[in-house]
Amino acid sequence: MAYVTDHSKDYDPVFGDYIALLKPRVMSLVVFTAFVGLMAAPGTLHPIEIFCAVLFIALGAGASGSLNMWWDSDIDAIMHRTKTRPIPSGRTSRDAALGLGVALSGLSILMLGLASNWHAAGWLAFTIFFYAVVYTIWLKRMTPQNIVIGGAAGAFPPLIGWVAATGVVSIEAVLMFALIFMWTPPHFWTLALFMRSDYDDAKLPMLTVTHGRKSTRRHIMVYAVLQSTLAVVLAFTSIGGLIYLTIALICNSIVLRNAFLIWLRNEAEAELDDFKYERAFFKFSILYLFLHFLAILAEALLSPYGLGGW
Amino acid sequence: MAIRVEREIHRRRRSQNFGVAICLVLFIILMMALSFVKLTNSGPVEGYDHAPRPSLEEKALE
Repeated sequence: MAYVTDHSKDYDPVFGDYIALLKPRVMSLVVFTAFVGLMAAPGTLHPIEIFCAVLFIALGAGASGSLNMWWDSDIDAIMHRTKTRPIPSGRTSRDAALGLGVALSGLSILMLGLASNWHAAGWLAFTIFFYAVVYTIWLKRMTPQNIVIGGAAGAFPPLIGWVAATGVVSIEAVLMFALIFMWTPPHFWTLALFMRSDYDDAKLPMLTVTHGRKSTRRHIMVYAVLQSTLAVVLAFTSIGGLIYLTIALICNSIVLRNAFLIWLRNEAEAELDDFKYERAFFKFSILYLFLHFLAILAEALLSPYGLGGW
Repeated sequence: MAIRVEREIHRRRRSQNFGVAICLVLFIILMMALSFVKLTNSGPVEGYDHAPRPSLEEKALE
């Protein structure tokens, strides 16, 4: 007698599905910004200590991503952008995401404390709590400022990296945090402008729905001004320099121009060219953040040779 | 068809097992490397096994 088992109703994920629960694309941003935070900080660390700190910060970010997928699996199944994620596509169970998120949270906090210091581990614990509980569970479905709050969680990695290296929070760490914090809302609001049905279908209180699209365009302009101011101020701290200032001036001119064009437009004009400026703003903002942190890294790496810094 | 279903399950479980095994091995190697770095960077280690401790003796002399 042949032994046949129908496992079609069972969850039997491959290893890659667990990796997908950690949101690897978000983790790559976390790895990069945390690494820059560590490298820009004064003092020297052994490469193994740097590697461990970045790894455990990234694992903490991955853990909060898994907890986010556990809680948001219902709306992930509705939105086009997220319905191929492991839970809505039926590859993993919600319990697996919860278990992985909790286990990796504990592991990453403990290991960062042992590898670097407990101050940095405390910041990592707060970041995971903030993203998973304050943002995902509490405020994401309640307030149109959800993107602003979620942006704070994504802004912590360079600060944690800095604290892992120095043991203290300084003005440079706060400014790196503030730059990502101000960068996040306009980045996602422009996405909401040209991906309108996704957020509407999921009934998320996005600014575009609660306050209207004209107000969203105004918000993008205000945040672009704040973001540009912070980016330029960062150039005059100990981690800035001529390279950073040049990149900041070029990038922020482009951002302000795009934000101004988005602000001036109405919906009819935007639909005529299929949201050309909104798409351009969104695409460039990814490069924007990468270039700013790359410039900070360049300043840190070149300063021993007398080329970086002021 | 039935055999294929079983093979698919086995392939998926093997993927999980290999992935977890590789992660554990890498974690152990990383912990060894980190321990080595921490110990070598923390300066000379003095035991308490009834032997005179040079640093305390020097302080006592001062």
